[in-house]
Amino acid sequence: MSLIAVVLVLVCGPHAQGTAPASPLTLITREGRRPVASTVLNGQEFIGLDDLAALLMLAVREDALAGGVTVTYKGRTVVASADQPMASVNGRVVTLAAPIARAGRRLLVPLDFIPRAIAPIYDSVIELRRASRLLIVGNVRVPRAAIRLEAAGPPTRLTVDVVPPFAVSTAFDAGRVLVRVDADALDIATTPAGAGLIDQIRTGDQTTTIAIALNARAGTPRISTTTTNESTRVLVEVPVAAQQETAAPPPPPPPAPAPAAPTEAPPPLLAARTARLQTMVVDAGHGGEDNGVRGPKGTLEKQITLDAARRLKRLVESRLGVRVVMTRDDDRAVSLDERNAIANNSKADLFLSLHTNGSPLASVKGTEVYYLRLDRAGEEARRNAAATELILPVVGGITRPIDIIPWDLAQASHVDASSRFASMLEEELEKRVPAGPRPLQQAPMRVLSGANMPAALIEMVYLTNGEQEQRVKSDDFQGALVEAIYGAIVRFKAYLEAPPTP
Amino acid sequence: MSRTRWLQVGGIVLVFAVAAWIASSVLERVVAPAPASSAAPTPAAPAASVPHIIATLYYGTPDGQALAAVKREVPLGEGPREQGRQILQSELEEAPAPYLSLIPRGTTLRAFYITDRGDAFVDLSAEASTMHPGGTTHELLTVYAIVNAVTANLASVERVQILIDGKQADTLAGHVDLRRPFERDTVLVRETKGTQ
Repeated sequence: MSLIAVVLVLVCGPHAQGTAPASPLTLITREGRRPVASTVLNGQEFIGLDDLAALLMLAVREDALAGGVTVTYKGRTVVASADQPMASVNGRVVTLAAPIARAGRRLLVPLDFIPRAIAPIYDSVIELRRASRLLIVGNVRVPRAAIRLEAAGPPTRLTVDVVPPFAVSTAFDAGRVLVRVDADALDIATTPAGAGLIDQIRTGDQTTTIAIALNARAGTPRISTTTTNESTRVLVEVPVAAQQETAAPPPPPPPAPAPAAPTEAPPPLLAARTARLQTMVVDAGHGGEDNGVRGPKGTLEKQITLDAARRLKRLVESRLGVRVVMTRDDDRAVSLDERNAIANNSKADLFLSLHTNGSPLASVKGTEVYYLRLDRAGEEARRNAAATELILPVVGGITRPIDIIPWDLAQASHVDASSRFASMLEEELEKRVPAGPRPLQQAPMRVLSGANMPAALIEMVYLTNGEQEQRVKSDDFQGALVEAIYGAIVRFKAYLEAPPTP
Repeated sequence: MSRTRWLQVGGIVLVFAVAAWIASSVLERVVAPAPASSAAPTPAAPAASVPHIIATLYYGTPDGQALAAVKREVPLGEGPREQGRQILQSELEEAPAPYLSLIPRGTTLRAFYITDRGDAFVDLSAEASTMHPGGTTHELLTVYAIVNAVTANLASVERVQILIDGKQADTLAGHVDLRRPFERDTVLVRETKGTQ
């Protein structure tokens, strides 16, 4: 009887679609960083066991009869129960926040499964830092950095305490102070919002650098670094610019320069976030001789993608006021590099490629969203991006910071933002159109790799499915699809343009 | 000849006949392909008398959503390079029921080689690309069926690059980046019960 109950729990278990947590988990290894998707179910955060197995090279065997899952790593074993919040780790029982759950075909484990069950059987150190949402695997140097801002001034004081002590370099250029820590990553639980003479504090994708944007009224800051046995402290004191200090007593805010300053500032060196969403590129997949997938009734992918791209352009331009550049607006061949070049040359802030999917089996259907998965070279490029910036002279005697990163890996420094956008797309699409077997995936997509901006790709339907081939041509379906994409763009725009939350 | 003598000769003939029948039926079993059974690996290559290994090959799962790792007999090859060729030749053949073929029919293996660094190059004929029906899902399954078939069976190979017609290719059908080598990836693999 209990056996049947266990099987039922395992098969029927918590199928409920969980909600995404406020921010994704970030895995940090010697190879670099990558986001890891997690789900909140009944107040507990879960991670996909398949994701975990792929990340940590674990072997997973599901045993429906015994009512659990066996996870093996180099001959060491964890047996997790399907109905009890506990696991046997090399024969020792540990308790967990929740029993393993199921979402569709995927098995989910509570987050504390990683430190409690996997860490004891693993070769390398595994550390889960919940506050900063970091999962650190292996010998990686990730000091904690506490940022405090005292706006009562002038001067406005900002302190960065790095624990344990680390070598820190600082620089002041073009109204920005950069604090760079010589570590593999930084663990920053909260970043305060700008105040006083500091407009914004941002941590880049690389997160070994903290960029502090100063107010237009700010003078040259005093920067000092002190190291004790416990920590390294960077103190940035920002005074009011000398000119303004001597101005008439009631200090009228300078009318034009203040708002203009942020937009005229050079593009951020390392910032993960693009400041604005002003231009986006919509890429209608395939075209010309390249028909893409052909449906059973002869519908061509290249036509569907063009129809949807035109519809999306109209909607986004009319409702959101964002400029939309199309990589093609007729039936012609555009190479994948050319599509990236159009996006990069338009200085687009977002890239979205529209496609229809194909399966070897006609019954597969649903919408799926992809963002780029980096290979070893990509991760390397992403890690080195910060170290390879150059300040290059451009026309007019001014200089511009340029990230030196191989052109075909331009996406490397945007993967976190792309993952954010892709998750928003998946969530909005799920509300309006049926989801595919893997609604959100990371894959080595050629058309995303050269885009120097957050980028994602949507496989709108499986055109190989007869029913979906019919539906995708209907006004209703295309309308719902484009509304969902629009919803995600609105959310991503808000995310980009919002000041970082403290 | 006495009656006893006749009986002796008849007995010897009978013994020979029975022995011949047993021998022929045993031989028949050895030479003929084994009947399909979920317990024993079926040969991916026809001649069962050829020495073989049991290799893991990858096909589409019956629901078309993932890769199935299927144990099959593959002719024994001398050294990793020759063994890799044999594995890929088998991988390019039609999938055994109930699995789905992921590599376009007519695709042939032009060359296979392994560098000292553990990078393998799989050079496929143009059909792999020109006859591919397209779609990201189908393309991912095709690419990782090839990559996993090589990396799962040859310990000396860490990464696999796919070439088309002897040259580096962008993609098979417009999606998956073929410009750089791939490592083994089991995210798309769904374990199958037993062997095929």
